[in-house]
Amino acid sequence: MDVMKIREDFPILRDGKVIYFDNAATAQRPVQVLDAIENFYRTTNANPLRGLYAWSVGATEAYEAARHRVARFLNAAEDAEIIFVRNTTEAINLVAYSYALSELSAGDEIVLSVMEHHSNLLPWQMVAQAKGAVLRFLEPGPDGHVTEEMLTEAIGEKTRIVALTQVSNVLGVATPLKRAAELIHERGGVLLADGAQGLPHVRTDVRELGVDFYAFSGHKLPGPMGIGALYARRELLEKMPPFLRGGEMIEYVKRDSATYAELPHKFEAGTVNAADAVGLAAAIDYVDALGYEAMGTQEDRLVGILMEGMRKIPHVHLYGPEDPAEHHGIVTFNIDGCHPHDISSVLDEEGIAIRAGHHCAQPLMEHLQEKCGMEFRATARASVAFYNTEEEAVRFTEALAKVRRWLGFGD
Amino acid sequence: MEIKDLYREIVNEHNLHPAHRGDMEAPTLVLQGVNPSCGDDISLQLKLDENDIVTDGLFNGTGCAVSQASADMMLDLIIGKSRSEALELAEGFMGMVRSTATPEQIEALDESAALESISHMPARVKCATLGWKTMQKMLNGEAGQVSTEGE
Repeated sequence: MDVMKIREDFPILRDGKVIYFDNAATAQRPVQVLDAIENFYRTTNANPLRGLYAWSVGATEAYEAARHRVARFLNAAEDAEIIFVRNTTEAINLVAYSYALSELSAGDEIVLSVMEHHSNLLPWQMVAQAKGAVLRFLEPGPDGHVTEEMLTEAIGEKTRIVALTQVSNVLGVATPLKRAAELIHERGGVLLADGAQGLPHVRTDVRELGVDFYAFSGHKLPGPMGIGALYARRELLEKMPPFLRGGEMIEYVKRDSATYAELPHKFEAGTVNAADAVGLAAAIDYVDALGYEAMGTQEDRLVGILMEGMRKIPHVHLYGPEDPAEHHGIVTFNIDGCHPHDISSVLDEEGIAIRAGHHCAQPLMEHLQEKCGMEFRATARASVAFYNTEEEAVRFTEALAKVRRWLGFGD
Repeated sequence: MEIKDLYREIVNEHNLHPAHRGDMEAPTLVLQGVNPSCGDDISLQLKLDENDIVTDGLFNGTGCAVSQASADMMLDLIIGKSRSEALELAEGFMGMVRSTATPEQIEALDESAALESISHMPARVKCATLGWKTMQKMLNGEAGQVSTEGE
């Protein structure tokens, strides 16, 4: 893979002025994605699924072709198992409101990991409060490894839902989704996987994994913001009530009642985001053309350079697994005496963009603080993508070695 | 000012060697201020005499250098001032980070005026204002915890 050639596809990266290491927050978009969105508005735009004229039919076809592309990418059994949503957060809320509020009763248990992003925690807190259900947490050590023992201990007779991230947005580590799915299925429950951080790095076959729900966002992929999808097995979607109600999700509407449209439209109320769905399909084409193996090789190489360089810098502490190949592009760290926000501010002046703070994972910050004695309840995170270069990784470690001096320490 | 210069010239000194960090006995007013999203957390303690003059002030807690240094610089400025003078300064500081302060207001902030450049970084504004907001609330007689979330 020729990284310099790939970078040509990303207009925002072309001048090379910024080292963009916040890819886990959102990726950059290649021209192929930008062109697909613009082309939709320039040549195909009309309200999909409504009009009885050629343009609307064309828009519908483009939108449904995008759904087909997502279904093939995830290896869903059929296109109707793909519901377009705004993002992972909306997908998980859809499942919490529509599935969990209908299916759970008092005393039922929901198993999560302490690594979950708030988007895979707050909806379940809502369900627990509304239904009297109980949240149980998997609590891996600082390396983030969820073990077979943790799963068998947490998943019990009362467990109805396991909601687990595919890859931690802080530690970069993957979870044993397939095994978790087997265990919860033995108990007759379901597994929801949060794929926001996983899908950009891991080829995902929802049927091979055995997940019942799979949520992801387009913008980390590198697709547009404002589009994502929920995969769910047809059998589950059939029995779930609509999440949002309104236009284009109905069969018949009377004054006091309505019947709902077939899948997937039952879950897509209102005018859909067709242009970004088309952009998402283009992003998937882009990822497929490059290949996960080539992307992963480059990302692992960069993480390796970062981790090796950072381990040599005094006062720097790394979190997550020892092996760079387990990090999925994410290197989370702290520097003694330096608050992550200050680290990020001084690096910004060097043209380096990283994330700093709690990463929408406050319970994990608290957990890490207990396990590792962290000074602040926050961390800094550098996250790379396949279009980052070795030179950027080296420049980053060189800059990092100066941070303590910039913040007033003698070494 | 470039941000590294700002740290080097002002923030680091107040963060690493604060003049007003600690806990005092029998303060007149105590209030905790937090930035939940950053984990910044300070306890501000003031002593006022019968003429409503701030005779002493200390802060304690943890957080980023900007939040800690800003609180220390604020105390440098308001100790010896009356309640109404301190509140006027707070108004000036809030105005400065929103780019609505007059040159006179900014000048009155003395060293704290150096934080003006940080106001161009919206994410850091709440760090700089934590101590000031807490002080404002205390001197206005409002109880409870101060949070600058949503700024």
